[in-house]
Amino acid sequence: MFSLLGGLRRRQAGSKDVARERLRVVLMHDRAGANPELLEQVRDALVQSLSPLVDMDRRGIQVDLRRQGQSLALVASIPVRGFKRGAGGRG
Amino acid sequence: MGKSIVITSGKGGVGKTTTTANLGMALAQRGARVALVDADIGLRNLDVLLGLENRIVYDLVDVVEGFCRLRQALIRDKRCENLFLLPAAQTRDKTAVSPDQMRALVAELKESFDVVLIDSPAGIEQGFQNAVAGADEAVVVTTPEVSAVRDADRIIGLLEAQEFHAPRLVINRIRPAMVSRGDMMDINDILEILAIDLVGVVPEDEHIVVSTNRGEPAVLQNSSLAGRAYRNIAARLMGEDVPFLDLQSANGGLLGRLRRIFGG
Repeated sequence: MFSLLGGLRRRQAGSKDVARERLRVVLMHDRAGANPELLEQVRDALVQSLSPLVDMDRRGIQVDLRRQGQSLALVASIPVRGFKRGAGGRG
Repeated sequence: MGKSIVITSGKGGVGKTTTTANLGMALAQRGARVALVDADIGLRNLDVLLGLENRIVYDLVDVVEGFCRLRQALIRDKRCENLFLLPAAQTRDKTAVSPDQMRALVAELKESFDVVLIDSPAGIEQGFQNAVAGADEAVVVTTPEVSAVRDADRIIGLLEAQEFHAPRLVINRIRPAMVSRGDMMDINDILEILAIDLVGVVPEDEHIVVSTNRGEPAVLQNSSLAGRAYRNIAARLMGEDVPFLDLQSANGGLLGRLRRIFGG
């Protein structure tokens, strides 16, 4: 009896956890007030500030909000072709 | 001088109107003089849940526009004579009333009623703004679903921005058996996410369907568990300290009971 109940519970567990996790992520976006246009502006600002230093593939840039533990992280993935000549600290 | 409480949710279909009707009836049965205001202009339904739909002569918009006096538009419930309904207009829309007009209307009601419950429409636009305009307190209704809790979070943010410092939460339509097997978010999951005070938990209950069919709020039936939950919420709104119903044991089913016996 014991194991039967345990088995039932194991098999069916999870959908509540899925709901809770999805909700957490959705609310982080909602609460941060993030919207696609805003992320687009963040992307443009990154391009502008990094372009004197980095030669990057602008079409491949991805900017998104992700959950990291209890907080929200702004994650940018920027494909780099190389660093610009004279941009280093020794230049 | 009474107090006014808006019942709101963001998402539609989570039970705002059912909650308003039941809390109104429960508060009136406790002896309070209660006015229910249907602020869902254009989509009125509170009249139907209360079984008062055939007695409407004037509505909220008629009062605001000066076609009748407030007293003429209020419908007295025959089952409980402390309970009154101010119905919404059905043939107009939300723009027929402004937040200032609602504020004045609710202030006038508070002069002669102990409690004014305002049933908010779904959404966050003008209908919502109208509904919250005259309210002193707010009750947010949600169900244990991702979409409903998400919208509740948005509404709580908007309420806090409008100086409602302690909106309180009703979790509606919880299914204890599904919670037991981990297929529905439980009370703690939701409270942890929304971080506001809980004022009540209402179980899913077939009595609600029957009572809606009949136009008789479930609090009128002693056998309804949801009705009992609503009576408890009414007591808490009046400042009483009432313990929460133990839904897991009241309605957990055979499996739930066995699990408790075996310590699962």
